[in-house]
Amino acid sequence: MSPVFENLDLFWDGYLTSLSICLWALVGSLPLGVLIAGCRVSPVPPLQWFGTFWVTTFRNTPLTVVLFFCAFGLPEIGINNSFFFFGVLGLVLYTSAFVCEAVRSGINSVSAGQAEAARSIGLNFTQGLRFVVLPQALRTVVPPLGSVLIAMFKNSAVVGAFGVGGDLWSTGATLNSARGLETLPVFVGVAVFYLMITLPAGAVLQVLERKVAIAR
Amino acid sequence: MHLRRTALVATLSVVALTAAACGGGDEDTAAEPPVAEAPEFEEGTPMAEIAEAGTLRLGTKFDQPGFGLENLEGEVEGFDVEVAKIIAGALGLSPEDIEYVETPSAVREEVLEGDEVDMVVATYTMNDERAERIDFAGPYYQAGQQIMVAADNDTITGPESFMENPDATVCTVTGSTPSENIREYLASPDQLVLFDEYSQCADALGNGQVDAVTTDNVILLGFVSESDGQFKLVGEQFTEEPYGIGIQQGETEFCEFIHETLRENEEAYVEAWESTAGQVEGTETPELPEFDECA
Amino acid sequence: MSQQTVLYDAQGPRARRRTAIGTVIAVLVLAGLAYVVIDRLIERNQFSMEKWGPLIDPSNEAFDAVWRLLGEGVVNTLRAAAIAMLLSVVLGTLIAVARLSAGRAGRIPLIGLVELFRGLPVVVLVYFGVRVLPDVGVDLRELPGGQELWGLVIGLTAYNMVIFAEVVRAGVASLPKGQREAALATGLTNGQTMRIVLLPQAFRVMLPAIISQLIVVLKDTSLVTFIANYDELLSQGESIRRNLDNPIQTFIVIALMYITINYLLGRLAQYIQRRQARASARVAEVTDAGANVPVGGGA
Repeated sequence: MSPVFENLDLFWDGYLTSLSICLWALVGSLPLGVLIAGCRVSPVPPLQWFGTFWVTTFRNTPLTVVLFFCAFGLPEIGINNSFFFFGVLGLVLYTSAFVCEAVRSGINSVSAGQAEAARSIGLNFTQGLRFVVLPQALRTVVPPLGSVLIAMFKNSAVVGAFGVGGDLWSTGATLNSARGLETLPVFVGVAVFYLMITLPAGAVLQVLERKVAIAR
Repeated sequence: MHLRRTALVATLSVVALTAAACGGGDEDTAAEPPVAEAPEFEEGTPMAEIAEAGTLRLGTKFDQPGFGLENLEGEVEGFDVEVAKIIAGALGLSPEDIEYVETPSAVREEVLEGDEVDMVVATYTMNDERAERIDFAGPYYQAGQQIMVAADNDTITGPESFMENPDATVCTVTGSTPSENIREYLASPDQLVLFDEYSQCADALGNGQVDAVTTDNVILLGFVSESDGQFKLVGEQFTEEPYGIGIQQGETEFCEFIHETLRENEEAYVEAWESTAGQVEGTETPELPEFDECA
Repeated sequence: MSQQTVLYDAQGPRARRRTAIGTVIAVLVLAGLAYVVIDRLIERNQFSMEKWGPLIDPSNEAFDAVWRLLGEGVVNTLRAAAIAMLLSVVLGTLIAVARLSAGRAGRIPLIGLVELFRGLPVVVLVYFGVRVLPDVGVDLRELPGGQELWGLVIGLTAYNMVIFAEVVRAGVASLPKGQREAALATGLTNGQTMRIVLLPQAFRVMLPAIISQLIVVLKDTSLVTFIANYDELLSQGESIRRNLDNPIQTFIVIALMYITINYLLGRLAQYIQRRQARASARVAEVTDAGANVPVGGGA
């Protein structure tokens, strides 16, 4: 395992880069996913179509292809930014479709009677959403949403192949082929550091689930 | 994107056709190197084994225009391939007897160690680290790392410019020797952009996402010539990249045999260059370099 | 469309007018965005026949070769995904059964295995299958289809089998208790009960989830492009753009191919789920999460 210990600083830098990709993607994909879900359940038909189109596109395209369009397509329409930004953006777009579906199935799991009752006691649309529908939807949403987000953390590995030097994945590739280190220790090193992202995330998720879970 | 690879492919095929017409050979290949009639080899040598098997298993690049590029028909074309054909000919094998195995940079030692190929001709820089795992014949070509920028870029004049312009980014391939070499010249690791292939770097340079691309001069020249005057090379070659032919460790007779074959076929070697990488403007037809001692 | 009455009542005249205004504004905004994008792409010469011809014009000299490559790519993608899926279902079931029937001591290593593979990116596991295994002496070259295919399959299977183990466990747990009790009462052993009574029913419940996961596996096959030379759809696209220098166009076509295949699979999953829901309301509850939300979204 010496190749890993000798290059621990590189692995650590890679870990921090991967972690920041994950956190930025988290910050981006949650609101975007909720927004798209809002489009899909809104009464305005074009917004519904847009939401459906969005989800169909991003759910059925490999992340690799989405990232390609972010890194090489956006500059073609005059948007230039860092590859880090493009990578996070690709991850956000891709994940937003899954977040949207998790949120939507949560909203649909609340029975219609709940909202009707809210309206009948004089709550307006926003209040009904805020005090009655969303709190109930949240409970159903947390477990699937959690798995979507953890999948996103794992998917951050693919961002490294699109111009973001120095995340965990590229660090492993560099050590392995440019410096000719043995594949197995490098692989173990990369794996351990990824687990340092996903296992804590999984633990946090379990705590959250317990917090919002209510026996039904 | 403004690279015109189609144009290059078209030129290459025209050249191939003319060559074929002049040589009266097959329709789809350049002038073929001579194929030895039933050559004799000492029992047990790699040459005897390959000739016996009737196929040469060749590891090469499939994504390197001018050196080894797989075309849409699935044929691999380029200088590396032509050099391999010369050696195959001396073994009594015609080009049809070559079995192509794609060997990206990262796996070149592995496929030799695992006896998956007989030799690797794949823009393969000879160095001591690699020589511990395999043997090299050659060098058959002297390349050197250089920098490519957009034609209107005057700030970057060579590898030293990256220290002075800490915002400038340079693109190369993950896990490649050039990516390691350029690190010393950078002010911060954030300046390095890594992709899977050089063509992606060229695309990123074309749409302004990166300021420079660095790898071996010959590969860059290919992009420059396809770019319609959009790209240029700057600065001197700042490394020496002798391309060697990778063979399995301890195959000294095979190494000697390769050296001898290339010396005897200097004409075919020049022809190999001129029909492939030599098509690019700004390249010079190389002379066969001085060979190293076989290990 | 699912029922959306939970959010709003049937609309009155004023709300309908507002909706109409909103519709017009939304259409204008979306159309404006599309116009800007297309205009800029035209400016950058991305709609030239030189770039599109090989993909859409049958009289183009490269057309046949391009589509032959893409066709091979689809076949190879489907092959890798199908084998990986089959192995994942089989191994996942074995793990799940082992977990359900093992004692407390035997369960711990299994849980460890599941947590380990669930915590790793699928691209890292594919790397393990393709690059690490041959290095530590596992020879995959003799298998039909070659080392790249099997390395990819092993990576995808490692990732998906543990996800399936969880799906199977949930599926078995969702069955009414009486099923198991009745089976045991008729004198079946524990193993027979699992094999003859519980698993077949659990599988019927899980079928939509299995198909949804197949979509994930299909997409994940594309990750092999960074690691090895298996000619699946995306790798073939790379080969095409290298020769013709039309990456944007090639990838648009490839994206449409992926979307079409996966969309159809998604519809199939929904269809099966609905048919089951009609057959039994109880079953629908279990599969709901399965068909709508991927169990473990890969790339």
